[in-house]
Amino acid sequence: MNLLDYGFMQNALLVGNAVAVAAAVTGWFVVQRRQSFAAHAIANLGFPGAAGAILVGLSPYAGLFAFALAGAVAIALLGERLHERDVSVGMVLVLALGVGVLFLNLYMANANAAFSILFGNMLGIDRTRMWLSIGAVLGELGLLAAIARPLLFATLSPEAAQARGVPVWALNMAFLLLLAVAIAIAIPAIGALLVFALVIGPPAAARLWAGRVVTGIVLAVVLGMVEATGGVLAAWFIGYPTSFWIVGLAFAAYLASVVLAPRLRR
Amino acid sequence: MTLPALCTENLSVHLGGGAVLESLNLEIPTGCFVGLFGANGAGKTTLFRVVLGLLPPSAGRIRLLGLPPRQGRIRVGYVPQQAPAALEGTLSGRAFVAAAWRGQRWGVALGRAAAATAIDEALERVGATAFAERALERLSGGQRHRFLLAQALVNRPRLLLLDEPLASLDPAAQVDFIELVRGLCRQEGLTVVLSAHDINPLTAAMDRVLFMAAGRACLGRVDEVLRDDKLSSLYGSPMHVVRNSGRIFVFPAHGFMPERDTHHHHPSGLK
Repeated sequence: MNLLDYGFMQNALLVGNAVAVAAAVTGWFVVQRRQSFAAHAIANLGFPGAAGAILVGLSPYAGLFAFALAGAVAIALLGERLHERDVSVGMVLVLALGVGVLFLNLYMANANAAFSILFGNMLGIDRTRMWLSIGAVLGELGLLAAIARPLLFATLSPEAAQARGVPVWALNMAFLLLLAVAIAIAIPAIGALLVFALVIGPPAAARLWAGRVVTGIVLAVVLGMVEATGGVLAAWFIGYPTSFWIVGLAFAAYLASVVLAPRLRR
Repeated sequence: MTLPALCTENLSVHLGGGAVLESLNLEIPTGCFVGLFGANGAGKTTLFRVVLGLLPPSAGRIRLLGLPPRQGRIRVGYVPQQAPAALEGTLSGRAFVAAAWRGQRWGVALGRAAAATAIDEALERVGATAFAERALERLSGGQRHRFLLAQALVNRPRLLLLDEPLASLDPAAQVDFIELVRGLCRQEGLTVVLSAHDINPLTAAMDRVLFMAAGRACLGRVDEVLRDDKLSSLYGSPMHVVRNSGRIFVFPAHGFMPERDTHHHHPSGLK
């Protein structure tokens, strides 16, 4: 029997690629804007959100989205002041993980839920959630395209952009919310602790090769899709968790870029 | 007589209880190269920000190319004092400049011929075409600097506001940069306001000098403004201007003193 005859494999490949595309495109801006810390924080906040929702009997996805979006708003509001407080913010994030563990312990039912939020469960995605994820990714890309131009200007030259009337503050808020959505969609597939690999990995590798914006984004998307597909196939043919393979491939691509790009790029 | 490029009437800005700009009346003619000088905290950057509509004036009126700041600024090229981090990144200089082309519009900008023409032209004008495809992090400081100017030029402005663009350049690169800006001014009728700390590299190039001290300003030709009496009344204390082998030095007549705080009582630490 062909692997594509299995519904869960179809779902895994489609969702894996969809979340990889959204993560790579938003991630390209994250890397250029030096907001990887925000990506890390939003992902960590998603965990207690999902765990808390399970505890009170809601859908973990509702909690995941609510906490990720609230985290994005908080980061945007704190803005510049975040840099001076990275130690205290780090402590808050650790607390968030701890509280998430507590919520799951209080719920007591299954450790499986915690495991899949933290590390993802690509092969356990049903058809409804597959379509929801793909729809969310398309919506995400559409909104990002609508603000792409002023966002790029504000990303590369914030002060000059502001002086031409670009609403830099509002764009930062909008972008962080879109980032929260991209992360929240990806967490059920790859996990809160590992989503960073898809958001930062492909764009961080792509930026070392590409001098042009479009080239960089396209390369990041291709890398993300190769890593997601490769992860699912490796889990099928070799074994071990999909998330492990995706993170491993992301790391390998980044490492290869760090070593090779400076020698090969003119 | 054409409209002045920049005109302020009784412009005042108060921040944190103190006056940063006090009743400025300026009129900068079109096509003029103006050097803006003054100590740290004299109000140079505040003047740029208020003129661009990034800071509301406490009182007074501004006309930027004949329009209110938020309408006129679309035809202004602004280079802020601090270069953005992307100027040392892995993107190419061309991508850095391209991001600014009509960058205030919504949507996606892909492969427009008009954009390519405007970007090529801006790169050409600053002499950066040859290294525009290389990663910015691999260029020298002077080469990178040209992309800041190209970015300000890509939307074909009528007025350039350059906030201390010479600060990070060595003397030779400063001369090149000033020549470049002066050429834009002479050949294309651009109006330029360039702030700097050292007046000497600019004395030959500029048409007018704008001196600022404690929120007040004095605008005129170099010979008119750089005189003991003019600067003494601007600073509110005796100042000396000395010319020696073609160079100009400005200093307090009684020697350098701690930052004066007799007229405005700022609590320490307040900008």
